[in-house]
Amino acid sequence: MFFPVPDFKGFDFFPHNMRVPFMRYKGLCLIISIICMAVSLGLYFVVGLNYGVDFKGGSLIEVQHKNGPADLADMRQKLNALGIGSVQIQSFGSDSDVLIRVEQQAGDEIAQQQAMKKVIDTLGPEYTQRRIEVVGAAVSSELRRTGVIAVIASLLAISAYVWFRFEWQFAAGCVISLLHDVLVTVGVFAAFQLEFDLSIVAALLTILGYSVNDSVVVSDRIRENLRKYKRMDLTELLNLSINETLSRTILTGLTTIVGIIALLVFGGEVIRNFSFAMLFGIVIGTYSSMFIAAPLLGYLGVKREGVGVHTAAAAASKETSGGGSAATKVPAAGALAATNKAGRRA
Amino acid sequence: MLHFERWKIIAIVLTCLAGVLVTLPNFFSKETVDAWPSWLPHRQLPLGLDLQGGAHLLLALDTNELQKDWLGTLRDDTRKQLRDAKIGFTGLGIIGNSVQVKVTKPEELSKAKAALDKLIMPIGNAILGSGGNDISVTTSGADTINLAPTPQGIQHRVSSAVSAAIETVNRRVNAMGTAESTVVRQGSDRILVQFPGLQDTKQLKDLIGQTAKLTFHAVHPDITAEEASQTRAPVGYKVYPSGEGEGGRNYLLRESPVVSGEDLVDAQPGFDQRTNEPIISFRFNQSGARKFGNFSKDNVGHPFAIVLDNKVLSAPVIREPILGGSGQISGSFTVESANTLAVQLRSGALPAKLTIVEERTVGPSLGADSIEAGKLAGIVGCLSTAILTISAYGTFGIFAVMGLIVHGFLIVALMTMLGTTLTLPGIAGFVLTIGMAVDANVLIYERMREELRAGKSAIAAIDQGFQRAWITILDSQLTTLAAAIIMFWLGSGPIRGFAVTLTIGILTSIFAAVTVTRLLVFLWIKSKGKARILEVPV
Repeated sequence: MFFPVPDFKGFDFFPHNMRVPFMRYKGLCLIISIICMAVSLGLYFVVGLNYGVDFKGGSLIEVQHKNGPADLADMRQKLNALGIGSVQIQSFGSDSDVLIRVEQQAGDEIAQQQAMKKVIDTLGPEYTQRRIEVVGAAVSSELRRTGVIAVIASLLAISAYVWFRFEWQFAAGCVISLLHDVLVTVGVFAAFQLEFDLSIVAALLTILGYSVNDSVVVSDRIRENLRKYKRMDLTELLNLSINETLSRTILTGLTTIVGIIALLVFGGEVIRNFSFAMLFGIVIGTYSSMFIAAPLLGYLGVKREGVGVHTAAAAASKETSGGGSAATKVPAAGALAATNKAGRRA
Repeated sequence: MLHFERWKIIAIVLTCLAGVLVTLPNFFSKETVDAWPSWLPHRQLPLGLDLQGGAHLLLALDTNELQKDWLGTLRDDTRKQLRDAKIGFTGLGIIGNSVQVKVTKPEELSKAKAALDKLIMPIGNAILGSGGNDISVTTSGADTINLAPTPQGIQHRVSSAVSAAIETVNRRVNAMGTAESTVVRQGSDRILVQFPGLQDTKQLKDLIGQTAKLTFHAVHPDITAEEASQTRAPVGYKVYPSGEGEGGRNYLLRESPVVSGEDLVDAQPGFDQRTNEPIISFRFNQSGARKFGNFSKDNVGHPFAIVLDNKVLSAPVIREPILGGSGQISGSFTVESANTLAVQLRSGALPAKLTIVEERTVGPSLGADSIEAGKLAGIVGCLSTAILTISAYGTFGIFAVMGLIVHGFLIVALMTMLGTTLTLPGIAGFVLTIGMAVDANVLIYERMREELRAGKSAIAAIDQGFQRAWITILDSQLTTLAAAIIMFWLGSGPIRGFAVTLTIGILTSIFAAVTVTRLLVFLWIKSKGKARILEVPV
């Protein structure tokens, strides 16, 4: 009578006795990730990012034709004749919307303003200005610097927090997986020459926040299991922890991604790149916390009560010599799975 | 863990109600809200420039010009000091960033330094004590004295010039008729002007684009500018170019002005009665009127020059003494430029030129489109999250969604109360926090399922779910908070709007997921009776 809400159970999306042998692929994943990072770095240095006006300086103007589609060819011809350097013209969202980019003018800020004025005068009254952005050289270089500082500072702050709450090995795993997320996202922006502006820095910072969120949840579980199963092999323990938090990882990832897809589809042209960066970053962040941060612990080892530092590498060498799969080999895990099944039936 | 005291329940319910109440005005138009009774909250979430349209200009003060002006004054002061002390000198001039002078008799060096030391002004305020001196006076060799501004002196000067410029810009911008604009300092030498609703920035740029330093100078009676440029200008005189549309004539004028714009009390645009050309009529204050009166009395029949920003506007001949303290300026104005100049003269000169280093203007149509897009994305995002959550967690999923609704209201309420502006990235941040807020619920419910699988009773599983997930929730949210705070600290413009929403969202999501959902679960248990709960609808 108090609650007009019917009692019903939710649909349990994921089988819980699943034991995906994440740790078995850790070497392969690390190699793939290292290659991705290297390629991203290469793209960044060789191809470079397609910086927006925020970081490159110059001007941007979004105009809309008052009635009917815009004549891009005509516009291109007229604007290129102005002698204000390279002018990029692209359709933006719809037929009547056009985005015009004018490169940073030689000389001072006044030259920029004059170039913008020329463009507006040339376009004439049939175009309304929807948005104007003019960023000078001094401001753009400052924004670039603070952008880099913001990403690095966040990385450090997050790692410091993880270090404070966990062991240093967790923090190290975290930093590397976060670095991976940032680098690969930047690499994708370089590869597809997507415009990289201030909002993308905001996206990168959020990706950092989200990815570490994931890593912390897994780390928390690892720490708990380290106390619970004092004798369990580290590789098996890490694998168990990732698996136990898998349903949470996927469900949270889904709800977040659903929100971002809504932004990507309905949020408009202005934040399209931002939404894309987020979407990509959330996926890559989820991947990295499962396949990089936790497996790295296997290599770095963790301090365990009374047993000293264990590394999974030593255990792994034994395993390979013994043969067989890690998931079925360790009795503790098998026993646990059995109790799980029993608990469910009860 | 699952028990709630009565006062706690009341506090939580009141918080939620307050959140709804504060958010309420945002659902209605401003007109509707204004008509509400006074006990209801009226405050609406201010929209950022990217959503309501408007102009954002970042201006930088020309510090080089400021320093040059300062060195010029310093040179004049040096000349005056040495003359007053009757010390002979040569080679007075500006070299690099300092003023240099040589005394004719080396034995007078220390006397000269003592005289020039009087020019040193301490910087600082009464409370914090002195922050050093504004210039340093040093001797080198047997006869040379250097006067150089100190770094602290320059900093102090720039800082006070920016303050003065902010006041002037404020007066000029306010003359455009909108009171909503804001003019604030940013960094050491920059000024941020934000003007909501403004579409055409031309007038704004014209208004702040000119120093508008008006001066009245005596014209050299005998030598023309052409003659002066061939030889050397006589001491105290300088060649000034004429402004646009004045035929490119140059004038040889006395450098120190008779009267300057500081002595103006009023300036109004108008029309010349004979030629019907746009003019500006002005009025001097008492001291200005007296100075100009005396000057015109002594110079009847001679021209004088009206100079704006070191360019001659016009150089009329004085036909009779001008004693009333008022006059008019003509000089190929358009109606618009006369208007602009009158506003500039009334609001005073800027201490140095301002250049626009960043401009962002959003038209109202794009703003409206962005609001619509943001709304749609928000609704779709929230709905699909809700559907996903309920289908995954059943009845408890409904509780989680109710928590999410509270979370949504609280974010908007807190932002409204703090007066933070809502930007497009802010909306994105909002959608994102919805997704991330569910995370707390997911952690709790997955834990409950685990405990159930481990064979715990329904009540114990619920209890353990909330208790054990709490540490993880705290850890994961605090790390995100760290990133958000750094974004706010370092970010500018769009990043900041995003960071604010994210920060507030993290705090309210903890309250919503942990406190509100737990309360709902507690009430649900109470309504059923603890002993009768054998199964958890999760």
